[in-house]
Amino acid sequence: MNPNYLDFEQPIADLEAKISELRLMGNDSNLNLADEIERLQAKSGQLTRSIFSKLSAWQVSQMARHPQRPYTLDYVKHLMTDFVELHGDRAFADDAALVGGLARIDGRPLMVIGHQKGRDTRERSRRNFGMPRPEGYRKAKRLMETAARFKLPVLTLIDTPGAFPGMDAEERGQSEAIARNLFVMADLPTPIVSLVIGEGGSGGALAIGVSDHLMMLRYSTYSVISPEGCAAILWKDAAKAPDAAEALGITAPRLKELGLIDEVIDEPEGGAHRDLATHMQSVKAAILRALDQTEAMPLASLLERRYLRLMSMGQFIDKS
Amino acid sequence: MNWLQKLLPSRIRTEGMVKKTIPEGLWIKCTECAAVLYSSELERNQQVCPKCGHHMRIGIRKRLEHFLDAEPREELATTVEPVDMLKFRDQKKYRDRLLLAQRTTGEKDAFIAIKGRVLGEPLIASGFDFSFMGGSMGSVVGEKFVRAANRALDEKIPLVTFMASGGARMQEALFSLMQMAKTSAVLTRLSKEGVPYIVVLTDPTMGGVSASLAMLGDVQIAEPKALIGFAGPRVIEQTVREVLPEGFQRSEFLLAHGMVDMIVPRLEQRETIANLVSMLKKHPAPDRSALNSAV
Repeated sequence: MNPNYLDFEQPIADLEAKISELRLMGNDSNLNLADEIERLQAKSGQLTRSIFSKLSAWQVSQMARHPQRPYTLDYVKHLMTDFVELHGDRAFADDAALVGGLARIDGRPLMVIGHQKGRDTRERSRRNFGMPRPEGYRKAKRLMETAARFKLPVLTLIDTPGAFPGMDAEERGQSEAIARNLFVMADLPTPIVSLVIGEGGSGGALAIGVSDHLMMLRYSTYSVISPEGCAAILWKDAAKAPDAAEALGITAPRLKELGLIDEVIDEPEGGAHRDLATHMQSVKAAILRALDQTEAMPLASLLERRYLRLMSMGQFIDKS
Repeated sequence: MNWLQKLLPSRIRTEGMVKKTIPEGLWIKCTECAAVLYSSELERNQQVCPKCGHHMRIGIRKRLEHFLDAEPREELATTVEPVDMLKFRDQKKYRDRLLLAQRTTGEKDAFIAIKGRVLGEPLIASGFDFSFMGGSMGSVVGEKFVRAANRALDEKIPLVTFMASGGARMQEALFSLMQMAKTSAVLTRLSKEGVPYIVVLTDPTMGGVSASLAMLGDVQIAEPKALIGFAGPRVIEQTVREVLPEGFQRSEFLLAHGMVDMIVPRLEQRETIANLVSMLKKHPAPDRSALNSAV
């Protein structure tokens, strides 16, 4: 098992291993293995396409949590310049699970805010697996208000299993911190663009996700509850997570179809991490397009549009 | 009864067993002090135990019946009904769950709003029906809350909302999550127009409801000993791997941590809220002689 590949990717991992083995042999000897390598590479590409063309919702949710997936600070590094991280909520602490600061994208200054996961065990624990506490949300709110004061657009990158369910988080008002952000973002006088880059975990994701243009990466998810959590409650069996994932409709294309998001950004074959350069290019283009669109609108009509979009959320019958 | 149950003092013994031996509906045992209470007396007392003051859960219609003055009353947004857009199905179909909940509660969904008066103060009183799918918030709850809020805006009268909810309604998937944003957004308008929004947190107020409309009141009131929080106690116990302290996430805990303004017993809420909104609206003090003597 190659830990850099998910279960359903193992056939691709096996082929890739064989290819690199052949390459090494080719270097060592006079054998001409080029044809064979080319044949296997074509096969690997085909296999990737066929596996990824029919991913289940549950497989997509594993992709969204892929350990090699780019995180917020990777996007900052690849898409932006002049990043200055701003810390702390001015009330209690700095939360490393949610980062933010000023940066330039294509020369244009903005406020970027996002959940941050860790790569290795130590960083994962420091970043609390990307699960913010109230001070994280309050920092985000502070940075958004700063952005609005200086008429800078806000870009939020969403990637969290959810807000942290811990005793300290409850003591300091996790509910209030999330609610306050929803309230502030609904009416924040500057454009807000949001992009789900990995896991859009419920209220913890929405707390930085109220926006004028909501995008999702092809292999990201956005859900009211994790498939495991939903399965445990409604099926009374966490092993039914694949069924729950399907029923919840957590994938980008499905949510686009339902009118809940504005745009799906495609990813390279096999996911963002398999071809970072190409991926970053298309994300950058999408962000710039969204910024152009929202910044072109007069502020009053932008805010009115944001409000009406929020009011239109929901499906019900009116028998009047 | 086995030896272990015999050892236990009667009030710790399985509640279900005791309940079954009592004729349905006539006598009710207080879930806290185990006092046996005459059900009509308990009803008059709004489901608050007259012996120990414990607040048992009360349906939203009964609650508003006690809360509002007898006249006038106008129920709002009665035409809004749920629909299973996603054809959601777990072990049961969502459609069937809705039908069952509608049959057992007589409500269309988990939220009602009534325009009326409290001690003469005009206001809109609204709230969650916890017996309807755990008071979960789906599209109908969000829409009815928004309509109640808009009516409050139009008439410049306060909105009072009694919370009682397990959180977002999973069967409506992301639509239910978005109700958090929708309900919070409408409150920005009330705030701007100076229309008071009074929140009463009752047992239980959790998850997505707690993390949106329930925490945005101009005044935050809690009922005694209500469970209020973002994450459920079991989820937190699994995360921290220890048993939570007594009283964790209860109203008194929230008051101590600065998350609510006050704890007000159910029987005093009419007077407290009428007084609060009369001051926020710069009205003369409410006519307290109208307080129901039975209350």
